[in-house]
Amino acid sequence: MSTQLKFYQVGSFAVGNRLIDEADLPEQSRSSRANSLTSGHRACQGCGEALGARYAIDAAMAATNGKLVAVNATGCLEVFSTPYPETSWRLPWLHSLFGNAAAVATGVAAALRAQGKSDIRVVAQGGDGGTVDIGFGPLSGMFERNDDVLYICYDNEAYMNTGVQRSGATPPAARTNTTHAIGPNPGASFTQGKNLPLIAMAHGIPYVATATVADLHDLEAKVKKAMTIRGARYLHVLVPCPLGWGSRSEETIKLARLATESGLFPVFEAEDGEVTATKKIRRLVQVEEYLKPQKRFAHLFGAHGHPDLLNAIQAIADRNIAKYKLCDPIEAEADHE
Amino acid sequence: MSKPFAITLDVGSSLANHTGSWRTERPVYVHRLPPCNDACPAGEDVQGWLYDGEAGNYESAWRHLTRDNPLPAIMGRICYHPCQTACNRDELDEAVGINSVERFLGDQAISQGWQFIKDAAPSGKKVLVVGSGPSGLSAAFHLALQGHEVTIRESAAESGGMMRYGIPAYRLPRDVLDAEISRITNLGVTIECNSKVESAESALEEGFNAVFLAIGAHIGKRAYIPAGDSAHVLDAVSMLHMTAEGDPPLLGRRVIVYGGGNTALDAARTARRLGANEAVVVYRRNREKMPAHDIEVNEAVDEGVIMRWLSTISWVDDGLVTVEKMELDEKGFPRPIGEFETLEADSVILALGQDVDLSLVDGAEGVAIDDGVIQVDNFLMTGRDGLFAGGDAVPGERTATNAIGHGKQAARAIDAWLRGEKFVHAPRPALATFDRLNTWYYSDAPKTVRAKLDSVRRATNFAEVVQGLDEETALFEARRCLSCGNCFSCDNCFGVCPDNAVVKIGEGNYEFNLDYCKGCGICAVECPSGAIDMEPERS
Repeated sequence: MSTQLKFYQVGSFAVGNRLIDEADLPEQSRSSRANSLTSGHRACQGCGEALGARYAIDAAMAATNGKLVAVNATGCLEVFSTPYPETSWRLPWLHSLFGNAAAVATGVAAALRAQGKSDIRVVAQGGDGGTVDIGFGPLSGMFERNDDVLYICYDNEAYMNTGVQRSGATPPAARTNTTHAIGPNPGASFTQGKNLPLIAMAHGIPYVATATVADLHDLEAKVKKAMTIRGARYLHVLVPCPLGWGSRSEETIKLARLATESGLFPVFEAEDGEVTATKKIRRLVQVEEYLKPQKRFAHLFGAHGHPDLLNAIQAIADRNIAKYKLCDPIEAEADHE
Repeated sequence: MSKPFAITLDVGSSLANHTGSWRTERPVYVHRLPPCNDACPAGEDVQGWLYDGEAGNYESAWRHLTRDNPLPAIMGRICYHPCQTACNRDELDEAVGINSVERFLGDQAISQGWQFIKDAAPSGKKVLVVGSGPSGLSAAFHLALQGHEVTIRESAAESGGMMRYGIPAYRLPRDVLDAEISRITNLGVTIECNSKVESAESALEEGFNAVFLAIGAHIGKRAYIPAGDSAHVLDAVSMLHMTAEGDPPLLGRRVIVYGGGNTALDAARTARRLGANEAVVVYRRNREKMPAHDIEVNEAVDEGVIMRWLSTISWVDDGLVTVEKMELDEKGFPRPIGEFETLEADSVILALGQDVDLSLVDGAEGVAIDDGVIQVDNFLMTGRDGLFAGGDAVPGERTATNAIGHGKQAARAIDAWLRGEKFVHAPRPALATFDRLNTWYYSDAPKTVRAKLDSVRRATNFAEVVQGLDEETALFEARRCLSCGNCFSCDNCFGVCPDNAVVKIGEGNYEFNLDYCKGCGICAVECPSGAIDMEPERS
């Protein structure tokens, strides 16, 4: 996935390093990065989505030499970046409706093709609401027709911009304004949820990947790889939301890291419907470490907590670890003894 | 200008929107004191010179290092590296092998012929340094760089003090010692050997503006041990001194060393090299209570030195030593248990500590002596104006590194005093503790262990025991530094800011753009080295 630069001081984990050759630096460590989503946007302090969008679109800009059009679904990203008449975007950018980003992007790609401008590439982007719920039909169509669009979902696990309502991507037991932490089964229900990366893979499209804002190298590598492929591609990025998750603004990246290190958010890539690579867990943690700093899970802890729900969430993580082989076997055993 | 339907405003960039006004806390770059620097008795900026070394700039790393310590090739061999004991990386995998990188830089300097650069104008002041051990040489080096004319007087035939006459050659080859001393004399420092200073006062009267006493502690302590007429008892300091001069004493095949410090182990290991089949260290307490450093004990045991814990010598006679067994009481003090044992020994070496030869300050006005050492103030000045003292001759830990630190402090104090001022220490920054690091960003990389000579081969000669790192391993080791509390230009803050509010300003430095910084604090939390603090915004 990402390039393994052997710098013992920082490994390949920090954004850059003064000792790395200019050519090997990630986009985000360059002063010349596109800053596609520039300063002055109105995202909350510590917004994971603003960070994820800049990481992804800057990488796509670099991969396409700046020949890129973005189509945006309605959602936080759209609202905080383009309050009339300002814009934070520094590339051609379209917004139409909540649910039709994939359809509009398909149209843009078709128009470019009709004009013979196949060097100009198209990304569509939206939050989890616009992707897994409202825009799901057009997105499935885009996949099924294999339209030449990279669709990026910034998943913050609820409708945050309208006041934190549950979406099809809200995790079990999470408190939202439509899944209150009351009753015997507080928070969102333990359903299948909508695992869109798996649904996208089921369409057999050429490229599907997951990533988080905690691993920049991995995220950039996946966007760049996606831009080398023609056809429908899907990237699902976990972006913590301090407002909706009830977490501290400075812990956005830390929480994304804990989501993967606990096994709750498997990071992998798939080609033509088959998983081809997974990001191994480096320092395995129990789900509690990830859940506890988030107020949306506060009801699981304390004197009136729900250890049963906590165990059920841990079981999800354990299943992911087994399914995606996220740990070396010995390490996994040692931790669960 | 005509606008489309329902559009009344011109399009603008969000850059007009200064979201920095939301901020309640602002990030600031800080420099904290890394634990290695904090622990170094010579006051080296360890993290600083490792930073230069990481980039492969060995000469600038060496110049950075020698701002504080002029003897890196020596100290890279004999220092007990408290820096590594303090190193935060130890909590991650293993401490950084600072000492071996220091040695690598010191050896590079010798092989490349790097010299010190002196750019201070001559001050016209003359300073006498008494003794050419680590503290004397260190003081002379710093004083010379400050522009003073320095003379060192040394009572022995050659310079180096305990580094030549106390530390065996298998730990410190003499060509390394000579090379680092000559670099200091190249600065214009004069060393007069075979020149014992009989009186500190007369030296001051001779026309020196200041005198620094760096006379060390060269007299082996003699404890009263009942002994027969023909018992062969000698002290470790003399034995090591004679060996260094090429005239080792005859010890016989079985040697007992009495004491538990590093000198005892030096004596036992030297005895092995002088042909003793059996070298036994007798110590009244146990391994845990032994003052000798672990590396020394391990290397000695590897070489076949036998350790005899919880024993005191009660009688020495021709060929026989009677030892009494001890036990530790609840406070850890040894007490005899009334059991005796007889050991065969051709000679007994006493390594029970060292005393200072104080004859040169006998009756000196204003100079106070307490507990066998010269008393000094915080600036290492004795009660006599212009008379300073440091190293083993004053209270404090008796190590070469500590002595080098004393030399530097004394030089600063003397320099200030010569100008009629008092030296003022720069304020010490807060410590860069482990909990401030974000260790996620450091990958695992265990320490490069220096090769050791095969122990059988080593026990029979004076060849150097511990071998140095080559360039590749030295670079690896330097890059293991976590740069605690200090920015090392990893671009993390620049990358992780959701508001693009971190700006690169060149040479690996950054600045916060407070017009857009919302104060979320991600940069501070994700900074690997803990070099960013969040401070409350004033209203």
